[in-house]
Amino acid sequence: MDVLLDIFASANFWAAAIRIATPLIFGVLGALICERAGVLNLGIEGIFVAGAMAGWLAVYLGAGLWGGVLIAALAGALFGLLHAFLTVILGLSQHVSGIGITLLATSASYFTYRTTLPDVSSPPRIAPFQPIAVPGLSDLPFIGPALFQQTLLTWLALVLVAIVAFVLYRTPLGLAIRAVGDNPASVEAQGLSVRGLRIGAVVIGSALMALGGAFLTMSAFDAFFFGMVNGRGWICIALVVFASWQPGKALLGALLFGAFDAFQIRLQAEIGQVVPGQVFLMMPYLLSILALVLVARKADYPRALLQPWTKGQRH
Amino acid sequence: MTDPAILLSLDNITKRFGALVANDAISLDLRESEILALLGENGAGKTTLMNILFGHYVQDEGLVRVRSNGGDMNSLPPGSPGAALAAGVGMVHQHFTLAENLSGLDNIRLGTEPLLSLGRRAMARTRIKSIIAESGLEVDLDRRVADLTVGEKQRIEILKALYRDARVLILDEPTAVLTPQEAEGLFVVLRRLAANGLGVIFISHKLGEVLAVSHRIMVLRGGKKAGELTAAQADRRAIADLMVGKAVAEVTRTPGSIGKALLEFDDVCLGKPSTRTALSHVSFKLRAGEIVALAGISGNGQTTIAALLSGLAVPDSGTLRLDGQPMTRTSPRRLVEAGFARMPEDRQHDGVVGTMSVAENIAIEDVRSPELSRFGFLNRNAMQTRAQSAIAAYDVRCPGPDAEARLLSGGNVQKLILARVLEREPRIILANQPTRGLDIGAQAEVHRRILAARDRGAAVLVISEDLDELFALADRFLVIHAGEVVEAGPADALDRATIGLLMAGQSHTTEPLAQ
Repeated sequence: MDVLLDIFASANFWAAAIRIATPLIFGVLGALICERAGVLNLGIEGIFVAGAMAGWLAVYLGAGLWGGVLIAALAGALFGLLHAFLTVILGLSQHVSGIGITLLATSASYFTYRTTLPDVSSPPRIAPFQPIAVPGLSDLPFIGPALFQQTLLTWLALVLVAIVAFVLYRTPLGLAIRAVGDNPASVEAQGLSVRGLRIGAVVIGSALMALGGAFLTMSAFDAFFFGMVNGRGWICIALVVFASWQPGKALLGALLFGAFDAFQIRLQAEIGQVVPGQVFLMMPYLLSILALVLVARKADYPRALLQPWTKGQRH
Repeated sequence: MTDPAILLSLDNITKRFGALVANDAISLDLRESEILALLGENGAGKTTLMNILFGHYVQDEGLVRVRSNGGDMNSLPPGSPGAALAAGVGMVHQHFTLAENLSGLDNIRLGTEPLLSLGRRAMARTRIKSIIAESGLEVDLDRRVADLTVGEKQRIEILKALYRDARVLILDEPTAVLTPQEAEGLFVVLRRLAANGLGVIFISHKLGEVLAVSHRIMVLRGGKKAGELTAAQADRRAIADLMVGKAVAEVTRTPGSIGKALLEFDDVCLGKPSTRTALSHVSFKLRAGEIVALAGISGNGQTTIAALLSGLAVPDSGTLRLDGQPMTRTSPRRLVEAGFARMPEDRQHDGVVGTMSVAENIAIEDVRSPELSRFGFLNRNAMQTRAQSAIAAYDVRCPGPDAEARLLSGGNVQKLILARVLEREPRIILANQPTRGLDIGAQAEVHRRILAARDRGAAVLVISEDLDELFALADRFLVIHAGEVVEAGPADALDRATIGLLMAGQSHTTEPLAQ
């Protein structure tokens, strides 16, 4: 028991939980926007890789850190545009297109990395985002130190949760996005463009996903490795369901997952001699499956998710 | 006094889908304060015409012109719902175009405010409230649309149009989903709106309501204008003949001779109470030589009764008795062998296997009989012979026994199903929405067949939302509401209003609530 208490009482643990959660917050927000508009984007895993690579490479080649963030978002938006073209314009299977995008974006990223840097043996490093202290907040007991260790990208993720929630629930644009994911005919009958809304949502959502990847190479680490995304995109797809497509719950889900993950790392250090390490690595995933079983069975899916829309066709 | 001004005019609209001419040079004018009924059978081109007017389809020829506020007739750009909305044309579709996850208020606002703004929710609410007060379209604006009744959803749809200052309102089969009381309420609202200057186009294939609500009637047939008359001149026969293009033989019902009870529901419960599919303590009997109507608004447990009679469900408690013996371990096959005939609600989906041939679909319930198979091998020749005689006897219009069933129209699929189930001379028949979506000719044919089966001694349960149909067929009425079935009595002693109240869940014995 003491071991557990020690872990939960340490600011370092919570700092790690938030750090691990940050890319997931970006990813889950992006997936949420796409799915709210009725488009499943399984390209997320590859878009993470593309964002990680593009952002890092831009900085390595001389762009500023924020320039790198912008490039990463653009790379994500580009793959989002491709996904939107295939699924919204052509009406192809969202599953197949998404998995295709994941394979394409991953391979294209590795290819670009290899061809740009053919001669390096160990991954080159960049100067990543540094933790910043926010006046006032950092002085709070306990959570202060946890927040004090975060970079601006984490703050951006947290602010984005509020922005996405505000846009979805408080603006006519959010109204239209929620409507187009439930019944595209409602949007069409009110004179709005189903395709325009969906393409926009997929592009913006994909840009956010790419920021999740960029966080990995520009804040959590300072270099690009093969395989570094390691299923984070897929976790986001599960988290969206866990969150019932609500930004607030998405934040909670990402933080929970971050806490699980930080917890297993520490537990491994404490009792790793007795229990094989793989058991700990499994833990966050097992817990997310468990959480899904508990929450997602009564999940209220956007009704038009996965359904292509053809103008003039009867539905 | 001069005529009221023309609000809308369609000028020689032609629309082709491949070789099919859905609209052939149709013209019409709509005036202020006028309710124009557009009548026609399925496939007559009513909905196509309205979809062109509203910009869902693009016409091949012809012009749509709408009067502007200044009084000029401006032509609408084809294929733009946005332009139609802006010009003051509002449409209430047969299938509602509402986002169910949003409130009524948000559905009405949708698309009326700049996307990249903070919106004007409070202002919108105030304006909608005043429209409600003026029109009588009472509805709770803050509830999620998913939780509203069908009638309330329809009111939201009309409010959507009025909120956009519609001066022309198109309603596509608006009463198809309403109880008689709700339909009457809608007519009151429409008359009130028309009195305030709105022009209304009312699409329907129900003659009674068209005569009740409209000022002028236009009949379409086969994509062409078949006739136009004022409601005062019109009578039912004349319009029906115009719609069909030939004299329609009326189906007459003779009193039957009622025999013993064949099937009994005894205190049957199934499913979680208060869900849309649950049944609670249902008891009734089906007797030989009797047609029993099961009236009710869809989603009150009809599908579950149909599932029980099709062998697709078993009761949680209570008993089904066939010839006085409890039925245990039912399965679709056992029921068919026991003499059940099933006409499923979704006939294209559940009634036929679309990719299989007409002959196979006719044989499908009977493939184990010695006539059609031996030692487990199908006798293709026998199947062909049976299909050919069925196609002839039931007038199934198809290229032949080898045609795929999915290519048949709804009416011909239903005739195919009739041929399959009635040739076996069933004792118990479930007819679930037997004529939904069929034209008058096919309807009459289906009704004749069902009546003939009854006269032969079969017990028939007809499930339908169309009260006209139920009154045309039934000897006795049951009404289902919220999973409970009440015995309403013999058809001769009932009227639509009584059934309507029962459908809305008010019991016989209490006085109807003052509206």
